[in-house]
Amino acid sequence: MTDTIITERFDLVIIGAGSAGLAAAAAAAKAGVQKILVLEKEDHPGGILLQCVHNGFGLHRYKEELTGPEYAERVLAESCHHAIDLRCGAMVLSITPEKVIRYSGEKYGYRQACAKTIICATGADERTRGAVRIPGDRPTGVMTAGLAQHYMNLDGYMVGRRVFILGSGDIGLIMSRRVALEGGQVLGVAELMPYSNGLARNIAQCLNDFGIPLYLSHTVRIIRGKDRLEQIVLSQVDGNFDFIPGTDKTFDVDTLLLSVGLIPSNRLLTDLGVRLHPKTGGPVVDETLQTSVPGVFSCGNSLHVHDLADFVSIEGETAGLAAARYLAGETGRLSDSAPLIKTEPGEGISYLLPAKLHTENAGEFLLKFRVKKPYRNVALLLKENGRLIRKVKKPYLLPAEMENLRLKREELVEPAGTLTLEIADE
Amino acid sequence: MSKTKLPAEMICIVCPRGCHLRVDENLNVTGNACSRGVVYAKTELTHPTRTITSTVRLTGSAVGRVPVKTSEPIPKERIFDVMAEIQRQKAAAPVDCGQVLIKNILGLGADLVATRTIRS
Ligand code: SF4
Repeated sequence: MTDTIITERFDLVIIGAGSAGLAAAAAAAKAGVQKILVLEKEDHPGGILLQCVHNGFGLHRYKEELTGPEYAERVLAESCHHAIDLRCGAMVLSITPEKVIRYSGEKYGYRQACAKTIICATGADERTRGAVRIPGDRPTGVMTAGLAQHYMNLDGYMVGRRVFILGSGDIGLIMSRRVALEGGQVLGVAELMPYSNGLARNIAQCLNDFGIPLYLSHTVRIIRGKDRLEQIVLSQVDGNFDFIPGTDKTFDVDTLLLSVGLIPSNRLLTDLGVRLHPKTGGPVVDETLQTSVPGVFSCGNSLHVHDLADFVSIEGETAGLAAARYLAGETGRLSDSAPLIKTEPGEGISYLLPAKLHTENAGEFLLKFRVKKPYRNVALLLKENGRLIRKVKKPYLLPAEMENLRLKREELVEPAGTLTLEIADE
Repeated sequence: MSKTKLPAEMICIVCPRGCHLRVDENLNVTGNACSRGVVYAKTELTHPTRTITSTVRLTGSAVGRVPVKTSEPIPKERIFDVMAEIQRQKAAAPVDCGQVLIKNILGLGADLVATRTIRS
């Protein structure tokens, strides 16, 4: 027995071996980074993909339709490289300002890794019942949709016989179909907003195919049950989200699944003093996905919640490449006085990433954003210091779909200032 | 032919883009961003099919289930027959991604294949 902690040195430590972390590792190794450590808290790499047994993955990246586990297998194969040391069952406990990562696990005991750069790819957490404040009893049978997905697809437990789902995000829709396929009765899906937050194809193939009703502008008002959930009361809401009297509907159910949103998981980074974006819940980053702490990068669902794994992997690659360039001393060590463009979401835009662009740094910038509500036949206006530099017509825009916009360095006239994106009538 | 009245409207489910398709009396499809939308609309109106994904009980591993899919779409009205077969099926580790667990399931011309490699 000795009380010295095993300490190892790495050029890059990536936290999380899901679609973002693995893609980041592969890109960094390809760019020549020599010593890469990937730490994964679960016993297998792949992240949330492993429980997403449905298909619809990989259409952009691999030009074919894959299930979540198949997609994970591809990404894992790509990250097979002598420079990459992947350790599963390793839970990161803390990161110090000196970039010392402390982690523990059955196989490793308690260890620390000293990193020159860090990529945080820790995914997102599900919002829980507490976060949406449903009053009533506290019986079993109320759980998040992602947890139910884990129980059903990885552990092999059926979650209930008579099921109701709150929230029409994709996880809720996918789980409606999953429960229906396994012989459960799904009595309905309720959505607080007047429109669904899921992809249109999932409304069609997960709800319509199985005759599951969707209640828009409705939410669960009361939960009843002594030990197990017995009943929920659903009510319609008005434009201010207040309950409309006389619209109560009761459903006798044993299970309520909550699909009420994801929150980027960044506890490790907030402890480190990384600045978070009030709207996305992820770190404030520049065009290299570098956070407010130099050498610390963020990507995937811990940066902002994505709807497609393909885009998560692309973002992982961006972070991996950025870490490689940082290590090579090419970028990311710009002084505070380097010319900077701040981005700002304008009319109708809920958030715009990245928050800042170093104009000296790149020839092209990838802007990502979401809209606040559904739009039809509108134009996106990109303005530099108030001057219109690009107008893009859009037949439709949905809050459920993340949008991309590529901006060339030449399109910008000034090296510094403010870039705004807004929606206007066509 | 199905009894669906034309013109009809539907969401293409072939990819996440989810195009809003319209099919007129002469089976002309509009609203599709790619040619797969046309194929989808015509199939959906005549003999709708779906790819089924689920899980199968797995023995000999700490992982309790192996994910599976049908290698081809199967007729929509046979979904629950296929699910009953999947629920009866067992697999033993090691399993390879792509390994056939049931050949030509219910004679529908599709295999049931594992979608994850599980060594132990
Ligand atoms: S028509 Fe093509 S692009 Fe549109 S949803 Fe179908 S497959 Fe996707």
